[in-house]
Amino acid sequence: MATPEVKIDERRIDPATGEFRVIAPGETLRSVTEKVTRLVLTPHTPLGWFAIFGIAGAGTTMLMVALTWLFLKGVGIWAVSQPVAWGFAIINFVWWIGIGHAGTLISAILLLFKQSWRNSISRFAEAMTIFAVMCAALFPMIHVGRPWLGYWLLPLPLTMDVWPQFRSPLMWDTFAVSTYAIISVVFWYVGMVPDFGTFRDRAESKVSQYFYGILSLGWRGSIKHWMRYETASLLLAGLATPLVLSVHTVISFDFAVAVLPGWHTTIFPPYFVAGAIYSGFAMVLTLAIPLRKFYHLENLVTERHIDNCGKLMLITGFIVGYGYGMEAFMSWYSADHWEAFTFWNRAFGPMGWSYWTLITCNLVIPLTLLWSRKLRHNMLFMFILSIVVNTGMWFERFVIIVTSLTRDFLPSAWGTYRGTKWDYMTFWGTVAMFTFLFLLFVRFLPMIPMNEVRLLLPQSKVKPKVKAEAGD
Amino acid sequence: MPPREGTYGLLAEFDTPGDLVRAARQAHDDGWRRLDCYSPYPLEEAAEAIGFHRNKVPLLTLLGGLLGGAAMFALETWISVLAFPIDVAGRPTYSWTAFVVPAYEWTILWAGLSAAFGMFALCGLPALYHPVFNAPNFRNGATTDKFFLCLESLDPKFDLLETKDYLEAFDPRSVVEVEY
Repeated sequence: MATPEVKIDERRIDPATGEFRVIAPGETLRSVTEKVTRLVLTPHTPLGWFAIFGIAGAGTTMLMVALTWLFLKGVGIWAVSQPVAWGFAIINFVWWIGIGHAGTLISAILLLFKQSWRNSISRFAEAMTIFAVMCAALFPMIHVGRPWLGYWLLPLPLTMDVWPQFRSPLMWDTFAVSTYAIISVVFWYVGMVPDFGTFRDRAESKVSQYFYGILSLGWRGSIKHWMRYETASLLLAGLATPLVLSVHTVISFDFAVAVLPGWHTTIFPPYFVAGAIYSGFAMVLTLAIPLRKFYHLENLVTERHIDNCGKLMLITGFIVGYGYGMEAFMSWYSADHWEAFTFWNRAFGPMGWSYWTLITCNLVIPLTLLWSRKLRHNMLFMFILSIVVNTGMWFERFVIIVTSLTRDFLPSAWGTYRGTKWDYMTFWGTVAMFTFLFLLFVRFLPMIPMNEVRLLLPQSKVKPKVKAEAGD
Repeated sequence: MPPREGTYGLLAEFDTPGDLVRAARQAHDDGWRRLDCYSPYPLEEAAEAIGFHRNKVPLLTLLGGLLGGAAMFALETWISVLAFPIDVAGRPTYSWTAFVVPAYEWTILWAGLSAAFGMFALCGLPALYHPVFNAPNFRNGATTDKFFLCLESLDPKFDLLETKDYLEAFDPRSVVEVEY
């Protein structure tokens, strides 16, 4: 069988090692530093930034309006009722948490596997994780009905002598998600400290020097500090890896531990984790493709990064597909009347359109087209595809939650579900808040980890002494 | 600590990591012990060269993780067995398998916090002041693309003039005196 000729761009191969370069040729320690610092330390903010910031700010205001009304009136303004008592709030919670997972995968798991190409995208993937977790954590807070009593979730020595029930997966969630949020922030901040040092040293205005000076904690690049720093980074990566796998596992327990048909399955933990990473990579692409274009970072976030993300989506997409397949298979193989009905209802019931949307967006489109190298290198295609997958993953949670709940065991208790305008305002409001925070991040913090990118440059390697020639 | 005066050390600036590593290795071989390298990215070879092979961050992380896990498991046991036992159809109150999940999360939480804060504490950070920043060329390069070797005055071998000559022999870009 003839294989088609693959044209390789010679400039993309490092002459010294014969490997594919991650960073475009010609970059040096100074040029990388300047490229990244210029984005933040410039006094000129691009107009486009203000435009998107304004729109995102307006959306965040809409979220505040929706939340204010929610706190005044209660969760009755949402569509949640009987039998669908878990609606948009849980769908959005699971969707956002899932998006966060790819950030940790890139920053932690790929670090452990020594996938150094990840270095240039790890920082904003981590930022994405943190902002996604913030959006996610909002939903359990607001959907309890009395958000000012949210601290009851914590084992605090309160005067009423009531303690939390530690056998409940919802309680496990509290610890999983709060640990995930804290460790992600710590990992993110520790990673930025040396870059803050660079900003401090290159800043010209007094305000920035003080601001980044405080944030840098007095980092001076001592080699002893670097070695402890590297150890701590590796350990944090090693800790974040089991953590990220546990977070979505625990979230899937919220469903799998219930006895509801369509939820009570053992495939949920691995299938949730894979789906989380799948949607997370889609979100990385949604953010990375416009960013590299807008800030001219094509030399640092190269086509190879986008290509690799595409390949990872292909893998996780197939795991997700296996999960869907297993759900269908088990509904037949279990010979359980309720399971079979739930599956039939998902695919062919009144909400069947949502199931087929999810199959199309998550399996049919990406898993056929992502095989093509040409398409994986087409930025516009990858951007659109990332939106498609994000949509599909949102519908996956919609299908799991809503279709299982609308059909109770007794037909007399059947119902339907349709989000209200407050549901949609809250959901799109968190999308705006995510964008809002992300824009602040790209404006004021180092979005490319300079210290890690420096390691990818040929200049950073220790080479044996050669006599300097004229013009070298 | 009383305010120090005088010379902190001598700072040699190099253009390439290789030059720094060779100079640092030579200095360490020649018996220098109070010395440090400064680089814009983690340069393992330089740490090896000055004999800095291991650090205490893993130990702190292990201790933090064990303490965190044990603390959460103990708290859950105390709450579920003694403080607030819930009888669900006679099921045991000490249902340890369910307690594993939060204990697992807290192991990771406290191990991670110990790794990060322990690392900063061992480094003596945050620090508002350090003498090397007094060197005029330090801030222009140490966090960008230059490599520094600092021989500190606390070393018994230190002598301002002799050490300056010693460093000049490594052919650095410059050697400057760092004041406290």
